[in-house]
Amino acid sequence: MTARARWTTLSVIGAAAMLLPSLIGSSYVLSALIFVGLNAIAALGLTLVMGFAGQVSLGQAAFYAIGAYVSGVLSVSYGWNTWAALAASVLAGALIALLVGLPIFRLSGLLLAMATLGFGIIVYYVLVNWSAVTGGPSGLTGIPPLRIGPIRLDTDARVVRLVWICLLLLLGLTGNLMDSRVGRALRAIHGSEAAAQAAGIDTGRLKLGIFTLAGAMTALAGGLYAYYLAFVNPSPFSFAYSIELVLIVAVGGVGSLWGAPLGAAAVVGLVEGLRALLPHLTTSHGAAEYEIVVFGLVLMALMIALPQGLTGLSRRSA
Amino acid sequence: MTSGAELAQYLASGVVVGGVYALIALGFVIVYSVTRIINFAQGEWVMLGAFGMAALTARGWSAPVAFVLTVLMVAALGALLERAAIHPLRHASPLALLILTIGASIALRGGALLVWGTDPYPVPAFTAGPPLRVLGAVVIRQGLWVIAAGALVFAALWFFFTRTYTGIAVRACAINARAARLMGIRVDRAFLLAFALSGALGAIAGAVIAPITYATYDMGLMLGLKGFVAAVLGGLVSPPAAIAGGFFLGIVESFAAGLISSGYKDAVAFVVLIALCLAQVGGWLPWRISEEEAG
Repeated sequence: MTARARWTTLSVIGAAAMLLPSLIGSSYVLSALIFVGLNAIAALGLTLVMGFAGQVSLGQAAFYAIGAYVSGVLSVSYGWNTWAALAASVLAGALIALLVGLPIFRLSGLLLAMATLGFGIIVYYVLVNWSAVTGGPSGLTGIPPLRIGPIRLDTDARVVRLVWICLLLLLGLTGNLMDSRVGRALRAIHGSEAAAQAAGIDTGRLKLGIFTLAGAMTALAGGLYAYYLAFVNPSPFSFAYSIELVLIVAVGGVGSLWGAPLGAAAVVGLVEGLRALLPHLTTSHGAAEYEIVVFGLVLMALMIALPQGLTGLSRRSA
Repeated sequence: MTSGAELAQYLASGVVVGGVYALIALGFVIVYSVTRIINFAQGEWVMLGAFGMAALTARGWSAPVAFVLTVLMVAALGALLERAAIHPLRHASPLALLILTIGASIALRGGALLVWGTDPYPVPAFTAGPPLRVLGAVVIRQGLWVIAAGALVFAALWFFFTRTYTGIAVRACAINARAARLMGIRVDRAFLLAFALSGALGAIAGAVIAPITYATYDMGLMLGLKGFVAAVLGGLVSPPAAIAGGFFLGIVESFAAGLISSGYKDAVAFVVLIALCLAQVGGWLPWRISEEEAG
């Protein structure tokens, strides 16, 4: 897709994202759309890490948590301006990703997956145990909403616009990045790391840069999440969420930036769809349990049918 | 001041838990060395082993019969996972295979939740009786069964992998699958066997730990992750090193919980994991925890 076609597509989706929320009356649909957007932002950087740097982060939930908690703690306990706190949380995400990735990226293989797995779980236990700052298991309440001038972004219809505008901007910008010298270098790494190195590309530095960018984007999603819910506690940031983000990327496909929003829509849609459908198919007892089983089985079936993910479909037919 | 008896107690608890980690780690190592797949469902075999014992003993089966039936059933499930899901995707990317095993673990955990709910299920100890005193530490009798199971399993695996034709063929596949195929070894059978064995090992771990921890539907996640860390400690391809890794991890965790803070007990394994990664990057580790891919 050329840059012009991409920005045109994004503008059309953006216009729809601005107009449609007024037409959708259901706050259930709006909140599902918000979560699709937040998951897509969180997964976008991971798509780059998995697709181009050829590494898996199994601790991406930690960056989501860092975004949410830095935003929440600075706004609630220190009275910071909400936008400044959001910016600080993105910086914190980038900085911590840099520190985690710095020693790792000189080597390939499974090391990053292992280090991020450990890091993600440790961050979770710090959130639970460091009560003085994080509020422990019960979390932080009373996080104020973001505001633009006099408009408080405290309704689903307003937050969905903010989240989708952020997502579309990031899709456009990362698309531009992939068209640039950096993007060509990343594609070269994807093709053959040895060949890329031979052509003078500092592969370790580029991969580290991508991981840092992913940390920043996931932290942004976490910050937006905290301002939307006005409340954070550790449970949404467990290992399960890191896995969910990897699933989103794998279901969407790592070959294209569109994999992140597609995968997020598919996974959120699957969970919500099962939640709506299963009570009709089974007795009311056990619907939530069937949901988990079916989710796992659908995931397996999807990987067997489409190992390249959803975005792999277009390339296969092309 | 920490007394000698307390230290002995930490050591004893650590050794028992370490024995379970070692059994789980062996499952990871056998699957990884033959198939190069990290099987995220490994912890779920442990959970199923615990529930198998709980369900069968509750129906009046004696513990030895329940144990054998449980291990056989979970081994069959391991083989089924390989045939139904891994085999069709054996040429796919490592990522697709990883997601596949994650999907399997989610489905198995959800299935357990569906059948057994969130309540912990008690499992009777293999031999009843008061705890024993060893060097000032209190050791529950089931703890000795854990150690005994670990020792027996290791002896059986050693015999299988060094003294039987099938075991040597599986090792050949682990060393070089293509060369093994050229020698007429059925590599796909080695895959099947590796998954069945890992199911059996997980079930044994679950069956021996269940009388101590009870069976809960979500026990597999953390036990699986810690078993994975133990396997990584040993380099992911060496069974004896994985066993050493399991005991090391159990002991370190027990001491950290006793001496530092029990709130961070479950985080200890992952601090060890990160320390290992850094040690390999720094070149201080005399073995490799992750092979470098050829460029």
